[in-house]
Amino acid sequence: MKKKLLSVCLATSMAATLFAGCGGNTADNDKNNEPKESKDSQSTKEDKKDDTSKDEEGKVFRIYCWNDEFKGLFDTYFASEVPSDVKVEWVSTPSKDNAYQQKLDQGLLDQDKASDDDKIDMFLIEADYALKYVDSDYTLDVINDIGLTEDELSDQYQYTKDIVTDSDGKLKAVSWQATPGLFAYRRSIAKEVLGTDDPEEVQKQLSDWDKFDEVAKKMSDGGYKMLSGYDDSYRVFSNNVTKPWVDENDNIVIDDNIMKWVDQTKEYTDNGYNNKTSLWATEWSADQGPTGKVFGFFYSTWGINFTLLGNSLETPLPEGLTKTSDPDAYKAATEGNGIYGDWAVCEGPQAYYWGGSWLCAAKGTDNPTLVKQVMEKFTCDKDTMKTITLDTEDYTNSQSAMKELADDPDYGSAFLSGQNHIALFSSAAPKIDMSNCTPYDQGLNEAFQSAFKDYFNGTVTKDEALENFYKAAVVKYPNLKYK
Amino acid sequence: MTKTSGNRKKSKCVKYTKWGYIFLIPFFLTYTIFSFIPLVTTIYNSFFENYMLGLQQIGPRFVGLDNYKAIISNGDMVAYAKNTIIMWLMGFIPQIIVSLLLAAWFTDIRLRLKAAGFFKTVIYLPNLIMASAFAMLFYSIFSDQGPVNQILMNAGIIEQPIRFLSNVWTTRGLVALMNFMMWFGNTTILLMAGMMGIDTALFEAAQVDGAKPFQTFTKITLPLLKPILMYVLITSMIGGIQMFDVPQILTDGSGAPNNTSMTLIMYLNKHLYSKNYGMAGALSVILFIVTGILSLAVYKSLAAQRKA
Repeated sequence: MKKKLLSVCLATSMAATLFAGCGGNTADNDKNNEPKESKDSQSTKEDKKDDTSKDEEGKVFRIYCWNDEFKGLFDTYFASEVPSDVKVEWVSTPSKDNAYQQKLDQGLLDQDKASDDDKIDMFLIEADYALKYVDSDYTLDVINDIGLTEDELSDQYQYTKDIVTDSDGKLKAVSWQATPGLFAYRRSIAKEVLGTDDPEEVQKQLSDWDKFDEVAKKMSDGGYKMLSGYDDSYRVFSNNVTKPWVDENDNIVIDDNIMKWVDQTKEYTDNGYNNKTSLWATEWSADQGPTGKVFGFFYSTWGINFTLLGNSLETPLPEGLTKTSDPDAYKAATEGNGIYGDWAVCEGPQAYYWGGSWLCAAKGTDNPTLVKQVMEKFTCDKDTMKTITLDTEDYTNSQSAMKELADDPDYGSAFLSGQNHIALFSSAAPKIDMSNCTPYDQGLNEAFQSAFKDYFNGTVTKDEALENFYKAAVVKYPNLKYK
Repeated sequence: MTKTSGNRKKSKCVKYTKWGYIFLIPFFLTYTIFSFIPLVTTIYNSFFENYMLGLQQIGPRFVGLDNYKAIISNGDMVAYAKNTIIMWLMGFIPQIIVSLLLAAWFTDIRLRLKAAGFFKTVIYLPNLIMASAFAMLFYSIFSDQGPVNQILMNAGIIEQPIRFLSNVWTTRGLVALMNFMMWFGNTTILLMAGMMGIDTALFEAAQVDGAKPFQTFTKITLPLLKPILMYVLITSMIGGIQMFDVPQILTDGSGAPNNTSMTLIMYLNKHLYSKNYGMAGALSVILFIVTGILSLAVYKSLAAQRKA
């Protein structure tokens, strides 16, 4: 009988460890998905049990994002204002392959079931898919629910509000930036090939696509590439479309302007005017650095201060160093570092915009006051926004602050060798038109670029590339139809 | 209880069979939870239209065999199945040849290879690397400006960088090469086990009869190795049909160029962009049936030979 007992014990313990193993694993996985702070938040959870009053706001402020751009701003300008007992948790998922949206969607769908600390309080969205969240019930009305006033918001660019206003006229998100696009070029190459590096003179030679093509030929003759990769000029064409990607009957519509991009890029590729790279690839980033032989890049505001500046340096800046935190160290670290200072910007052949991030308040947030404070600080507070622009050279969403800088004769970007890029941005910003945006933009833009890469590489014909695009599109969005 | 105790009184011998069943419970429980239930729900899901349009749930709505019709009629599945088979064969054929050769050498008593244990370990090592990490490594090594191109250009062998990942056969070749490198060690070990199980007296008898090494290999080793070879073939085939991580990471999920390195499971994965459980389910069921048929066919042919 003892033996029997022993063996039963053994068998059950074996089974138990088996399942414990499984259970342990899934728990671990969950932990991995969640930020590392989950351990610390346990103590706050216990605190929460004690105070039953619901007036008290949540102790965990969760923000979903796809890179550390906003985190950097938040840590620099807002961290000191966060109540000491509130923990800020960043959940960052790369946007590639829709990963960020998948993660965010799951979080939002589980919002009701999640404990207060696990609830998403705020999340960031991009222009390409903004409508998906704006037109949903998962975002709060910034004015009526959160409590920002029309007056506070009046200094923002109108288009940054239009795109995130839902069909009922409710404003669902706010942005700290406006993202007009410009053409950033290398001064040294411009001087060598075009004989001048003056932005106005260069702009005259790039003012329309025919002239742009001529310069491309000159660059090629001079041993340089006009653009780095296939997708570089995509946004300039895709933002100047006359029809949205999808019509009212869920049919995919390819605008003529997008086909113009195809033809231009094919020509550039065949003539060797570009370097055959792809957006965000290592080679593409390298083309913006000291070893690059590429004349210029189409970039909007964030791209110049955030991406291009970083890529142009030979040695990266030390962590946490900004222009205002330590001006001398910043100057010493950047001057003569790689090709810092060799860049300039001009309007380029067509006005366009690219990207832009918006802050959304998640429905069910337990920190509405904090959300309001963050939104006020970054999107309504003129002084903060002006400081951000002075620090980071980003173009912030305050018309009056930007006008002050644009008119300031002393203001100039050291990265752009003293050029006042804010002046150019502020003349480009009012031209932004986002009326052709659809919730499908991101998926369709990505599928289109990816399908036509084969065409540029010469593996498929134009028709085959189109066919591949349609196929990929309907797999991504089963409700869409074509032809 | 009374009945069993009554039985025990009668027979007086302890029965252990029930312990066999008890020890099997953990397996069947985990199998049911993690394999059987997902299998059944996948089949169930495949009859529904069920996906996410943004944050909006479409369906589930019963559509019968529509998902199957859609998948079979648009022809993509056949193209991707072809890719999968081509890439599998490109990896499997060299793999089985090299593994046979290595296994024959390692088990040949007369060769007396030195440090055999060391080499056995080394050839198995690539399998220890995570496939995705391995693919990531190849992705950077063979990128347009990567080390391979740099070396070839510096050595003066090529003038322009070879764009490995923009060309159909180089991309497929890289996938095959990676699969080959990852699995030939494993196959070698399996085949060695098979070869060592063959009675050495047979080899000696062949030698006495004056057989050359190649004859010994084809007339004695290979026929007696058949069961193991079949096992290797079936497992490798199932693994091949499920090929996913290597091409997915290497081509960044695009199956570039022109979808020629898109495998069936990558296609399945694409449907999860919109959480399209219906279409993905239908594709999974088709794959399940095809894999089942192929495995059965191989198994049956093996059994038939055994009888004969």
